[in-house]
Amino acid sequence: MHIDLRTVAIEPQRNTFDHLVRRFGDKPASRYQEGSYDIQATENLHYTPTWDPEQALYDTSITKIVLKDWYVLKDPRQFYYNTYTLTRARQQDTAESNFSFVESRGLGEMLPEELKSIALNVLIPLRHAAWGANMNNSFICGYGYGTVFTQACMYQAMDQLGIAQYLSRLGLLLGDTEALNAGKAAWLTGPAWQALRHYVEDCLVVRDPFELFVAQNVALDGLLYPLVYERIVDGFLSSKGGSAVAMLTQFMNDWFDETRKWVDAVMRTAAAESDQNREVLQAWTQKWSSRAAIALRPVVELALGTQAEETVSEEVASFNARMKKIGIDL
Amino acid sequence: MDTQVTKKKLGLKERYKLLTRDLGWETTFHTKDEVYPYVKYEGIKINDWDKWEDPFRLTMDAYWKYQAEKERKFYAIIDAHAQNNGHLNLTDARYLTAIKMFLQAISPGEYAASKGFARMGREFGGVGTQVACQMQALDEIRHAQTQIHAISNYNKYYNGFHAFSDSRDRIWYTSVPRSFFDDAMSAGPFEFMIAIGFSFEYVLTNLLFVPFMSGAAFNGDMATVTFGFSAQSDEARHMTLGLECIKFMLEQDPGNLPIVQRWIDKWFWRGMRILSLVGAMMDYMLPKRVMSWKEAFDIYGVENGGALFNDLARYGIKPPKGWDVAAGAIEHMSHQLFLGLYQWSFGTAFHGWIPSDDDMEWLSAKYPTTFDKYYRPRWEHIKKLEAEGTPFKNYGLAKLCQTCQLPTVFTEPGDPTMMCHRETEYKGEKYHFCSDGCQEIFEHEPEKYLQAWLPMPALFSELNGDIGAWMDWVGLKNGVDNGDYVGSQDQINFDKWRGMATSNKQS
Ligand SMILES: [Fe+2]
Ligand SMILES: [Fe+2]
Repeated sequence: MHIDLRTVAIEPQRNTFDHLVRRFGDKPASRYQEGSYDIQATENLHYTPTWDPEQALYDTSITKIVLKDWYVLKDPRQFYYNTYTLTRARQQDTAESNFSFVESRGLGEMLPEELKSIALNVLIPLRHAAWGANMNNSFICGYGYGTVFTQACMYQAMDQLGIAQYLSRLGLLLGDTEALNAGKAAWLTGPAWQALRHYVEDCLVVRDPFELFVAQNVALDGLLYPLVYERIVDGFLSSKGGSAVAMLTQFMNDWFDETRKWVDAVMRTAAAESDQNREVLQAWTQKWSSRAAIALRPVVELALGTQAEETVSEEVASFNARMKKIGIDL
Repeated sequence: MDTQVTKKKLGLKERYKLLTRDLGWETTFHTKDEVYPYVKYEGIKINDWDKWEDPFRLTMDAYWKYQAEKERKFYAIIDAHAQNNGHLNLTDARYLTAIKMFLQAISPGEYAASKGFARMGREFGGVGTQVACQMQALDEIRHAQTQIHAISNYNKYYNGFHAFSDSRDRIWYTSVPRSFFDDAMSAGPFEFMIAIGFSFEYVLTNLLFVPFMSGAAFNGDMATVTFGFSAQSDEARHMTLGLECIKFMLEQDPGNLPIVQRWIDKWFWRGMRILSLVGAMMDYMLPKRVMSWKEAFDIYGVENGGALFNDLARYGIKPPKGWDVAAGAIEHMSHQLFLGLYQWSFGTAFHGWIPSDDDMEWLSAKYPTTFDKYYRPRWEHIKKLEAEGTPFKNYGLAKLCQTCQLPTVFTEPGDPTMMCHRETEYKGEKYHFCSDGCQEIFEHEPEKYLQAWLPMPALFSELNGDIGAWMDWVGLKNGVDNGDYVGSQDQINFDKWRGMATSNKQS
């Protein structure tokens, strides 16, 4: 017998789960809310970590930032696994057609040799910086508190791996494995890269998840992406006829535009909660962004030469303005 | 067109290497020990991280693409399921007991696994290992979320689901899986991989997910079938990661063998204790049975497990120490646990019930040497008390095992008439255990396990034994979520709604 169940009009017994009713009122919840709020264990944790008996398994006190409720750090993109994956799948579609466009038309071969080598010199060592960013965000996800904050860090970690892989493909396309080898050698010993590598390695030993968020996602990315992808690739290289490179890095530009909104929301909310938080965030941002500016200058010089100093100052000024808007005075 | 630049043809493996492990470098501003502070203290020696064989080769662009396809299908199906009152296709609402347990006990574990793998994605000292762990961290967020989303619609119509976030940290029986995951996460990175990556994902996963998913398919639960199917290819990746991990550890240094063996023994036993819930589900909770717990264990435990440990024998690995004891208890564990759950059903956010005559026939046939002899008489006795109006309920305190946190309801190996109970005195305190396996785990790391949060003593010390206050605290609605299925709101509503679908009756 076929039963048409759709014709049965029955009343739901409740709108959603108890913890969501307490947070948002007695109404149906969104999938973002269902998948993100209060799904991490919080109480009655059974054992302290053998790897660090001083901390709890999920511990709000391993960072200097204090929040009454860590679930205030809502992601304005409302990314949960589904929306995150679907968004990136669309972007990778575009990236894929950009790569095949450049490849099938031989645009890489047509690039003037000088521009090509600038592009490779600047971009390829950055695949290692992106790997550092990946590890840092995996750390923040692992040790940070509250799913609305930490899941976004896992997405950020995987995005940085994706970026490292796009950069590697760009290197293979424009300069084959030699380009990757040269980029790695520059990262390890090239004078232009040692300050940046020092910065990234210093991040790898920071174990306050929120400070690491500031050092990586706020300060370093906040200067690196505008400088490298806007000023050098989209600005300098494109104006000289190297717009093929910009096609291959479109993902990075779109990604930075999107993720900075999340980064800003996290900073704004944490700073707004208390003067103490604001002071800590200001001190961290000051410390790490001034270091990032110094570390990036020799990298920018690889492309812009004597223009580098001015360009970096401009971007520092606009970074400071961006921070001011979210309540971080530098 | 002139394409004079002839690119080297890279093999898949070589290309993947360039896109993953070639990204890493030897740090010089900080030592390895500073950057990876946790990889040594467990005593596992890794001489060359580069010997790691990537268990799968998936770049991020491909990951996004494949996963997005699966996500689109998954949500299309569960949307339709919700819109079309798919829950009325269930064989019977008592089936949902299995799904209530799943949401309360298993989904939080998926999330814990995600946190754990994010930590491993940072802590291991090799890019190949890190990337594989990170992908699993991402997958496990997916599993937690797709499960909550699939089950969300049941929560709108049925009881017992609404407080899963509160009961995860507070109700007594969820501390069985919670302590399991807390145990793994408080261990070092290598033990975590043996606990979750190998023992849970490889050895036990078939005994957990296959029974749940086939139970769902047999009982008309499309929502659960869908998240199970959708997770299958993720699980395949997780299994290969778990296996690669153990082989890697064993191949790296001969000194690793005894450490790994002890972890296998420990985590097999902890896993088998959790699986007693699955056994009760298969033998008692499914209105339409798939196979018995014993049959499932014979196929997925004995056959698959046997092949696996034969394969690992070349490294010197022996089958888990508790294997024979566990196999000997298979004929008993589901009955013993469900009897326990029935008598404590006042304190569970799911219903209990007395098996029907048909159910008992089925159990006799599946357990010819044990059910009629040991368990039918107890159910008949309980049935008689019920008929006389004095149902058998135990409001007393269940003594919980200090290690696995299950009530001590299991019997001695080889003697199903004797309750098994072990005790250890440590620093002047007595600790209780359900079995030799659990006692040994404690005795190896007493300082760890004495910290265990035991929900029953907490009830008495914090709430003065006030059951009503305890129910509020764990989110349990008395007379709604708990107690007997017969006469419950779930039963009444399901029958009424089904009636509306199959006749002209309207509410
Ligand atoms: Fe999973
Ligand atoms: Fe136990």
